[in-house]
Amino acid sequence: MAIRRGRGVAAINYPTGMNLGGDPTQALVHSTPTGNFMVTLSSVDLGQGMKQIMAQICAETIGVPTDRVVVDTADTDTGPHCMGTFASRGTHRAGNAVIQAAREARQVMLEVAAEELEVNASDLETDGQGKILVKGAPQKSISIFDVALSAHFKRGRSISGRGMFLIPRSYPEKETGAMKPSTCYAHACTVAEVEVDDETGEVTVLTVKNVFEIGRALNPKMVEQQLVGGSWMGISHALYETTEPYYPNRDHGGTDFNQYLMPGPGDLAETEIIVLERPSADGPYGAKGPGEMCANPQIPAVANAVFDAVGVRIDTLPITPERILRALKAQAAN
Amino acid sequence: MAKVPVQFTLNGSETAEFVDSGTTLLHTLRDKIGDTSPKGGCHQGTCGACSVIIDGELRLSCLTLAETCDGAVISTTSGLSENGILHPLQRAFLDTFATQCGFCTPGMIMAAKVLLDHTPNPSRDEVVEALSGNICRCTGYEPIIQAVLTAARSNSQNAA
Ligand code: FES
Ligand code: FES
Repeated sequence: MAIRRGRGVAAINYPTGMNLGGDPTQALVHSTPTGNFMVTLSSVDLGQGMKQIMAQICAETIGVPTDRVVVDTADTDTGPHCMGTFASRGTHRAGNAVIQAAREARQVMLEVAAEELEVNASDLETDGQGKILVKGAPQKSISIFDVALSAHFKRGRSISGRGMFLIPRSYPEKETGAMKPSTCYAHACTVAEVEVDDETGEVTVLTVKNVFEIGRALNPKMVEQQLVGGSWMGISHALYETTEPYYPNRDHGGTDFNQYLMPGPGDLAETEIIVLERPSADGPYGAKGPGEMCANPQIPAVANAVFDAVGVRIDTLPITPERILRALKAQAAN
Repeated sequence: MAKVPVQFTLNGSETAEFVDSGTTLLHTLRDKIGDTSPKGGCHQGTCGACSVIIDGELRLSCLTLAETCDGAVISTTSGLSENGILHPLQRAFLDTFATQCGFCTPGMIMAAKVLLDHTPNPSRDEVVEALSGNICRCTGYEPIIQAVLTAARSNSQNAA
């Protein structure tokens, strides 16, 4: 009887979005009379930071500071259409829709500015700080505040735009069955080191080293935060989480989330995160969907590490002490 | 049933309420007084989201009856900032990105505050111990542990 060490590796491809009846998201952008911008969406921020990312995308596209943008995700009854926040699709699908809407709004904004400055709209550029300048003659400029006032009260223009991003449904080809069920793959690789007590079946994760390839990190600190939390959830899936922890009688299972086991602050593995940025061609400013995949590669990596440590393959999750002991017993019997 | 009068100090202000006997402090703070910083996660003492400080001790407001708080001094996260300046713990949670959905954050900050009030320079293990009654579903805890250690460091720098 001993504590045995093992190391396991796993790598994954992870798709963005889904292929049911098509995968659309709609976005609307408009300016207020004072030149702030509203993004209206039905995509929901679950705490992953979608509002912040959509504000950044809109601000970048229109050419204003991020704090001039307000994102409203209020109401799926009355707002534009979104399939929802799942399948790691929010940044990619809603982001593309916001870019399209913001481009249209920017065009109107430049047209109004052009009339005020008596120049051609194509000769104008934004400084990213709230001003519109004539290219090559920056002394000739107008604030976006004044442009919005003019649009509303003088020229009767609506500085607004519509965006709709759709990945159409993919049907399998009759002959080959080939299809394109998803777009824009993110990638990840994890190496996990574990200790397994072959007397109690208990697994301790010592280290998890993760590399994530996520397109461009639109907000690097928020990406890191998502990946650190996700890596912990991956360990949780691998070793802890189940609604039926006790074999064989269901009655011994938990009855609410208080009894749903997850690792606490005292059970953390030493975690390393490395982010690789390979901007995707069809993503908003190169982004992919890092959402769910950040909790995936840890699971096979831990299963492989357990195999490396004690020589048994556990193919049912979570990898509980009981399952390991049963497998060790079966192994000894053979 | 007759209402019970209770008076306590909430974040420095004298506060008085008539409550039904058996009402929790969590319900009284959120739904009667309007301080929604303590969150109701489980309502049975296992998640820590409702944590407040009563007479210097960390308490679960979902398991505390309002009528037992007569004369008490109560602090919640909403009373931490002074004149618009965030408390060092709030600052550190922001700076280290220790919050995602934010539901656990007020409880975490209360637990951390009691720790730092008694132990200004805690070890990592002491931080883990102090947060062990609080559940977070988003962050994986590490960013929260780092936030508390960061706040402790900034406190001791200010004191020096
Ligand atoms: S709500 Fe009080 S401990 Fe969960
Ligand atoms: S940040 Fe969501 S529960 Fe802690």
